[in-house]
Amino acid sequence: MSEVLAIETRELSKRFGAVRANDGISLQVGKGTVHGIVGENGAGKSTLLKMLFGFYTPDSGDVLVQGEHVSFVNPADAMARGVGMVHQHFMLVEPFTVLENIILGAETSSKLDEAKEDARKALIELEEKFGFDLPLDEPVENLAVGVRQRAEILKALYKGAEILILDEPTAVLTPQECEQLFELVKLLREQGKTVLFVTHKLHEIMATTDDVTVIRAGKVVARRKTSETSCEELAELMVGAKVVREVARESHGATAARLSLHQVNACNDQGHAALKNVSLDVHDGEVLGIAGVAGNGQTELLEVVTGLRGIASGSISFSGDVVATDSITTDPITLRRMGMAHVAEDRLKTGVVESMSAKENIILGYQREPDFVSRGVLKLKHIAQKAADYFESQDVRPRNPNLEIGSFSGGNQQKVVIAREIARDPQLMVIGQPTRGVDIGAVTKIHDQITELRNAGKAMLVVSADLDELLAISDRIAVMCEGEITGVLPVEDADEKTLGLLMAGGSLDNVTAKEEE
Amino acid sequence: MEFFADLVLLTDSTFRIATPLVLTALAGLVCERGGVVDIGLEGKMLASAFAAAASAAVTGSPWAGMAAGIGASILLALLHGYVSISQRGNQIVSGMAINIAVAGLAPTLANFWFQKGGQTPLLGDEARFSTITFPFAESLADVPVIGALYSEILSGHNIITYMTIVIVPLVAWMLYKTRFGLRLRAVGENPEAVDTAGISVTLLRYQAMVIAGVLCGLAGTVLSTGLGAGFIRDMSAGKGYLALAAMIFGKWKPVPTLLACLLFGFVDALQGRLQGVALPLIGEIPVQFTIMLPYVLTVIILAGFVGKIQAPRASGIPYEKDH
Repeated sequence: MSEVLAIETRELSKRFGAVRANDGISLQVGKGTVHGIVGENGAGKSTLLKMLFGFYTPDSGDVLVQGEHVSFVNPADAMARGVGMVHQHFMLVEPFTVLENIILGAETSSKLDEAKEDARKALIELEEKFGFDLPLDEPVENLAVGVRQRAEILKALYKGAEILILDEPTAVLTPQECEQLFELVKLLREQGKTVLFVTHKLHEIMATTDDVTVIRAGKVVARRKTSETSCEELAELMVGAKVVREVARESHGATAARLSLHQVNACNDQGHAALKNVSLDVHDGEVLGIAGVAGNGQTELLEVVTGLRGIASGSISFSGDVVATDSITTDPITLRRMGMAHVAEDRLKTGVVESMSAKENIILGYQREPDFVSRGVLKLKHIAQKAADYFESQDVRPRNPNLEIGSFSGGNQQKVVIAREIARDPQLMVIGQPTRGVDIGAVTKIHDQITELRNAGKAMLVVSADLDELLAISDRIAVMCEGEITGVLPVEDADEKTLGLLMAGGSLDNVTAKEEE
Repeated sequence: MEFFADLVLLTDSTFRIATPLVLTALAGLVCERGGVVDIGLEGKMLASAFAAAASAAVTGSPWAGMAAGIGASILLALLHGYVSISQRGNQIVSGMAINIAVAGLAPTLANFWFQKGGQTPLLGDEARFSTITFPFAESLADVPVIGALYSEILSGHNIITYMTIVIVPLVAWMLYKTRFGLRLRAVGENPEAVDTAGISVTLLRYQAMVIAGVLCGLAGTVLSTGLGAGFIRDMSAGKGYLALAAMIFGKWKPVPTLLACLLFGFVDALQGRLQGVALPLIGEIPVQFTIMLPYVLTVIILAGFVGKIQAPRASGIPYEKDH
């Protein structure tokens, strides 16, 4: 590590109302290094980044770039100082080509064609230097996520970034795309760029960074050289307590399939095939995890199982009854009454009504049940009692069911949803993204709960974008790619490499073939 | 030969009728490409029709009328901008408010100033944009085919119609061939990307408002000082909404939008020709039905023939920084 600091912050603070999002953060990022920032969701990482990139102005404290004091008022200031950011949600205009996206805001001429040609020339050199090979004239909406991310990085470099901030860069990538990203990060460092790598995935920190700063509750709790720390230590520092990722699991005997999909085909909203000959069984007392890169049919799978989407062919049976074929659909209410519970993948869209109170949300989907309603009139007292019970048993905070559900944190919203769904003692739980947007403390609790339900003999179908999560809680993992199940394997045989190959469309046969080579 | 003559006349009126439609549809297009839905086109058109007629009546100059028409329209566009860009209000409500306010305000002001029952005085030829006759148009009129095409279709329109012919490619060029156009299209798709690229979302959207104001102003001006000879209550007669429909039918692209406007203009011209004409088998169609034609067509086209269309993704959504 060289002596010059690319970025330094001194006692940087930012408040939102009563919340100290950043409380005296001092950060030193050496020039030409890859610096990791880890912390849980809500620890203050995003706030810090947004101050470094000029999206927020700090309440107090200093930011120094290349040793000079700066005060960024907007992102343009930051870019002028050579600070570029790759946001977690890409800042790309989808119908525009890669080239148009790259020049947006940095056009060299008011005539578009001239600006494009200038950029094209400049990009040849950049692409060669950093090993890019992007389809410059392809609209971004046609590109895979990993390619879009590279377009974002190239955009930052084109705009003169010396310091690149990568915000949760791997959240949407396949394991193979992650590897490519790590290679690129190394190359960037070799070429003298400074990279700030922000994540909550610890093995990525270990794999890519030189130094790491751990943030908890808006404060820096530790600085380490990556070579002198470990995943375990970082996890402990992040959460502030020992975390046990292993989940106690009891073995189970073979039972009849609770849910069974046979050669199911279904279309997405655009009328394209989204599920292709999907066959799956979920047994009582097992967790079947569904892995895959987002958008490969997982959403449609959840929808056909829970009665939200019809199927074009094949059949689905639940508890021995056929509930869906090309001519039969069973509506979600009936399925719920038959003992299916659904924790929706997109919580705010389908799981809760954001502007209604938590109390009202606990009866969603069950509002016709006689213990909640009598002749069309809600039994408010009983509902309030139930809500209080749920809040107690799930440890929802703040413990006030009268607040709007939207004002709770993601983790607490999810606790409310889970409480609602398990209250009727379902036989099958269909869970989409159990811990998306949930803080790490609540993650552990939710994982424990899934395992408890499984141990109690429930059938569990869990779709998750987080491989670590699936590896921790599943008995078997099925992998989806482009609407097909590319492989189902017991968790003992699953590792990230195998899953990654399946996620990219490989089959179990060529996975084993590769291993034999 | 009679059929040919009919066709020439129809084409001629199509151009005339389509002129305010095209201008208004382009105004809507620029607005929505920039991410602001403008359902207030109708009100802006009506306001500028009134302002243009009033100013032309007082000064006796159609150009003063045009200036006033454009001015009024820009003011309303900026008001819509203030509500929907600066205050992040609901764009539909703001647009409807403008439409309703103008529908009442214009005749009231007309009555106050001119005491003619909500109209402006009839404009003399010198205060209007009268038709321009091309050289030799009259002498060539009798030459078969070519003469009719030249003197009826090419010649004999008002200046704003000819301006519109230039404005369509100009808007297309601006949208697709300039830096401003790139940024404008970007801000209607993903304002966050524009913001992080260091460009002001607010300024871009206000610029779009002003352009829309100018185009709508021209449309209103041609209504009252070109096609008509003075302001009449409700003279825009839903053309603002029709233009919005044409813009959607044209998929937010200038040339398809132009074609959609021409189609609407043609049907409107056709209904004019059909009034009082006895058709074979059907007989004479009651005038109420022929007048419905353009609107029925709008419903049919938008309901069935447009197919899957993608509006600018950020259109109608106020931009708030922290999301």
